[in-house]
Amino acid sequence: MPNVPPEPQARIAYRDAVREALREALEADPRVFLMGEDVGRYGGSYAVSKGLLEEFGPERIRDTPLSESAFVGAGIGAALGGMRPIVEIMTVNFSLLALDQIVNNAATLSHMSGGQLNVPLVIRLATGAGRQLAAQHSHSLEGWYAHIPGLRIAVPATLEDARFMLGAALACPDPVLLFEHLYLYNLEGTLLPGVRQVDLDHAAIRRPGRDVTLITYGWSLYKCLDAAETLARESIEAEVIDLRTLRPLDEATFIESVRRTRRAVVIDEGWRSGSLSAEIISRIIEQAFYDLDAPPARVCTAEVPVPYAKHLEDAALPSAERIVTVVRAVLAGGGSD
Amino acid sequence: MSTAPAVPLEREHALALMRQMLRIRVFEDRCYQLYGQMKIRGFLHLYNGEEAVAVGALTPLRDSDAIVATYREHGHAIVRGIPMTRVMAELYGKQSGCSRGRGGSMHLFDAERRFFGGNAIVAGGLPIAVGLALAAKLQARADVTVCFFGDGAVAEGEFHESLNLASLWTLPVLFICENNLYAMGTALQRAQAETDVTAKAGAYRIEARAVDGMDVLAVESAVRDAVAKMRRDGAPALLEMRTYRFRAHSMFDPQLYRDKAEIEAWQKKGPIVTLSTRLRASGLMSEDDYQRLERDALTEVDAAVQFAESAPWEAVSDLERYVYAERTA
Ligand SMILES: Cc1ncc(C[n+]2csc(CCOP(=O)(O)OP(=O)(O)O)c2C)c(N)n1
Ligand SMILES: [Mg+2]
Repeated sequence: MPNVPPEPQARIAYRDAVREALREALEADPRVFLMGEDVGRYGGSYAVSKGLLEEFGPERIRDTPLSESAFVGAGIGAALGGMRPIVEIMTVNFSLLALDQIVNNAATLSHMSGGQLNVPLVIRLATGAGRQLAAQHSHSLEGWYAHIPGLRIAVPATLEDARFMLGAALACPDPVLLFEHLYLYNLEGTLLPGVRQVDLDHAAIRRPGRDVTLITYGWSLYKCLDAAETLARESIEAEVIDLRTLRPLDEATFIESVRRTRRAVVIDEGWRSGSLSAEIISRIIEQAFYDLDAPPARVCTAEVPVPYAKHLEDAALPSAERIVTVVRAVLAGGGSD
Repeated sequence: MSTAPAVPLEREHALALMRQMLRIRVFEDRCYQLYGQMKIRGFLHLYNGEEAVAVGALTPLRDSDAIVATYREHGHAIVRGIPMTRVMAELYGKQSGCSRGRGGSMHLFDAERRFFGGNAIVAGGLPIAVGLALAAKLQARADVTVCFFGDGAVAEGEFHESLNLASLWTLPVLFICENNLYAMGTALQRAQAETDVTAKAGAYRIEARAVDGMDVLAVESAVRDAVAKMRRDGAPALLEMRTYRFRAHSMFDPQLYRDKAEIEAWQKKGPIVTLSTRLRASGLMSEDDYQRLERDALTEVDAAVQFAESAPWEAVSDLERYVYAERTA
């Protein structure tokens, strides 16, 4: 056989990667169906499911009324009844109307029934701020959901995870919430060749480094990578960890990293009080206290409902500049921002 | 469906209604442009086509009545009397905005004018309206609360829970459904097993009527009657305004779910054309009158834009203000 050079990888946007994942799942398993507000005729509020109605028909691409509690609950019921529903909640902000179903039913039924029932349900939600949508449309509540035993929380930040996490979620017998940051839908690039599946168990080191560990997920990953670039020019080598799943939390990966770098900064678009970032730092303190050269630090969203005006929103959210500042302070011996 | 009343219309009043509708229309058209120029950001939901509802519904109210609106509320805010300058400054995210730049298009507030937002969660305003009415009742005030929401909101539990509560406790809430036939891309008949919104009110023993929401006179008279009765008996009511939005749901909507012919058919019976035709036919409004009102609206909007352009930004050091009350209750 002559040596054929590999096909150049086509560029793909994050939203298209998610659509490919949906298409693959719908083709592979007749039990899979998608339902949510405007997923069909409108094509999805972020154009993720565009074209799927025409391809798979209204039985499997179901537009729902504005009834978050009812259609999430119906997703739980359909999962109990033998289907593999993918429920899209337009954004995490509206998942608050379905909180009862998610927390009191999806998360509890397995345990509460003594293991008789399980809920193989996937919920996809857009999350996050950064588009000047103001307080009611800018929540980052994934860390809050990660508080709940019985749920699995996954956050695809890369194209590969956007493309393959859904498959992993559908293969999982438990309810999985997939949080897609609305800022990432336009992210474009090429998929790493050879990646055909991903897991929901491990964090990933997205950039190796020896001086400090930046622990993050979602859109903040890119802010951390930017910050790491800047820091590298000052000869500070930051290791960047993408948590990928917030529950269960892959603490082995970040604890191992922090033991090596001896410094940790957690970057989270969620608020800091009572948060995922607090949980991560607790675990670092519990397990790696004597390995630390400086107190761990955090860069989180300011403790305000996210404001509309751009300069205020920018000031409220984590940024590469703030990360750089905090890392410098940590290397100098301590300090959160 | 109730249409315009037979009562004689006075010229001044007729022109006042026309003026308000034109103020909204011109304001919204300018917002559309400003969005293209990136002066306004975030989500922007325009009210073109639905002007008769806000104008007809708010005109009969007292200053002490309370209003709860949705994210499509520029028109309501302006008619309620929030200066256009402060509304525009809010859309610019400026400190002089009616929410100090924190809220933007979807969150206009004015406590003094009892304008309680600007709610961007579909149906989120209904329970609040019930509470405002409860407060009025407990304080033995004769004020009513007017609550606007879309046809999409009718599918939410909060709609049903709120109607039940208002009826059970006999609270003076006027529920106004702005039925423009679509919730984003979902047509009413694809979302509702029973598309007659008034029938749902019946299940909670709430009096309800459908009104031609393209006819500002019909809206005004229906609301005037409903509010008058409400001030006497304190009982809730629901009005379903049959209307239509001329523009996209928001600025990101390719409108694949409806066809141009449908939009054009509704534009022909738009609220401004409808009133204009009637007033010209009856001699209550001349072409000159119309031109003057439109010019005035343009001047006012120009001034609002100028105000917003030159208004100051909130200091970043004030980011964390207002998370908690700065004044004692
Ligand atoms: C609880 C909730 N779910 C979903 C959304 C997203 N969303 C915003 S507006 C809208 C359509 C609402 O339609 P309708 O109530 O008819 O009001 P209209 O926009 O037609 O004025 C949707 C689905 C939301 N804001 N809140
Ligand atoms: Mg509607």
